[in-house]
Amino acid sequence: MQFFLEVLLGGLLSGVMYALVALGYVLIYKASGVFNFAQGAMVFFAALTTAGLVDAGLSLWLAAPLTMVAMVALGLLTEKIVLRPLVAQHEITLFMATIGLTFFVEGLAQAIWGANVRSLDLGIEDVPLEWLLENANIAISQFDLVASGIAAALVTMLAIFFSKTKIGRALRAVADDHQAALSIGIPLQHIWGIVWGVAGFVALVAGLLWGSRNGVQFALTFVALKALPVLILGGFTSVPGAIVGGLIIGASEKLAEVYLGPLVGGGIEGWFPYVLALLFLLVRPEGLFGEKIIRRI
Amino acid sequence: MTAQTATQTAPAYLSVNNVEVIYDHVILVLKGVSLDVPEGKIVALLGANGAGKSTTLKSISTLLKGERGEVTKGSIAFRGERVDQLTPNELVKKGMVQVMEGRHCFGHLTVEENLLTGAYTRSLSRGELKESLERVYHYFPRLKTRRTSQSGYTSGGEQQMTAIGRALMAKPTMILLDEPSMGLAPQIVEEIFEIVRDLNQREKVSFLLAEQNTMVALRYADFGYILENGRVVMEGDAKELASNEDVKEFYLGLSSGGRKSFRDVKHYRRRKRWLA
Repeated sequence: MQFFLEVLLGGLLSGVMYALVALGYVLIYKASGVFNFAQGAMVFFAALTTAGLVDAGLSLWLAAPLTMVAMVALGLLTEKIVLRPLVAQHEITLFMATIGLTFFVEGLAQAIWGANVRSLDLGIEDVPLEWLLENANIAISQFDLVASGIAAALVTMLAIFFSKTKIGRALRAVADDHQAALSIGIPLQHIWGIVWGVAGFVALVAGLLWGSRNGVQFALTFVALKALPVLILGGFTSVPGAIVGGLIIGASEKLAEVYLGPLVGGGIEGWFPYVLALLFLLVRPEGLFGEKIIRRI
Repeated sequence: MTAQTATQTAPAYLSVNNVEVIYDHVILVLKGVSLDVPEGKIVALLGANGAGKSTTLKSISTLLKGERGEVTKGSIAFRGERVDQLTPNELVKKGMVQVMEGRHCFGHLTVEENLLTGAYTRSLSRGELKESLERVYHYFPRLKTRRTSQSGYTSGGEQQMTAIGRALMAKPTMILLDEPSMGLAPQIVEEIFEIVRDLNQREKVSFLLAEQNTMVALRYADFGYILENGRVVMEGDAKELASNEDVKEFYLGLSSGGRKSFRDVKHYRRRKRWLA
């Protein structure tokens, strides 16, 4: 039982990390209907830039805000150079554009900082929490707990932002119907600028946490792919959905690895989430919390 | 024509001058449309499918750019100022809002949230926002009962009301209303036009409304313009238009002298403007 709990909790916490990446996708998709394939590259870019600045001798407290500036600039430029000229085009056109963007951003990051693996130290140790280890004999990483705390704060902030603020409402309006939003005077460019800025910020948080945990390397971009099943489960348009989806994926992949793995020779952690997502698509294509596809007949 | 003299005596609140619109660089849709909306009046823009009614409205509200359309000639003035180079955001701030054809509510937002987005261009305090909402609910009591429903799940009539209410939240002095009767039951159409008249009389909101439902539109409008193939072919006082034999024949489906041959159909051309 203790072992089960440990696996479950460990899984849930790593799920939060997936959710962080998924959040970035949700934000942009929600506000502009664009599936931003480049979100993973943005996470990588953020982590590499911070690590690079730290290696160059800056303190983390200076490097992170500087990276933030770079991320917002990257987001704004993307909106202006890539997406604005493509306004009113098909979704698939925009999607292709973001795939192109992915390779560009990955290349840019490595062109600036080199392709070496860097380490990033946030000052949070990835060791089991002593208190829990002594009292319940469960090993839970302190790092994961801090990461979850940060994610929880971020999600609460975003949820309030979307439902209660004027800008948040406008973002959802734009997501629903560009033309109508334009017709009542919501300036689309302005709104999209904000979204890309926020997505850049989320990418930075995800990049810092993932980078410090796994090392800053190209493989970070693959973490982003794990966000896809999270999105399918939680729904592409829901901030809480990204979190719940993340938790389910995290927990289920760890549990599957531990309990089902031995039956098939192990190594199922890598693909189990995708199978789960596939099954889920058959039952509930809009995801757990995604906006129901409304069709009036 | 009497409409001419009427438009000349009242200052033109909105005036469209010889506007030409081309879509996708090749498709000529408007071939020099001119019209005036006097302050505080309801003007109907009539015509069949594809005559250019919606395009005219969108060229005024500068929403064409998102659809690869472009105003290539002519000018548009609102309250004496050129507005054809403004963004929709700036236009809404100046007091002109378009209610788009097909309602275009934000389906996943509640009715009330839809209304709230309408006030985006105004910076209002909480109290003022509430006041604005109440004003809309006063005209559309039905929306108040549906305020927490997602608008995608409300009826067509309620969506049209939401769309108009949302526009009202911007506190416009001029509303461009595109095909408000589309897909609605006659009773609801009547209800919506009554509200339009109410808004016009009590709040002095001017309306330019594009309608295929000529009969209803002419009953509520002060003036009318008839578009055909991207040109204004007739204009006049709404009552006169409604009693005009040709309008009756072609747009109202009423005919006095039995069946007529197509050969006898007159083609209306209003030479004055597009030669000028």
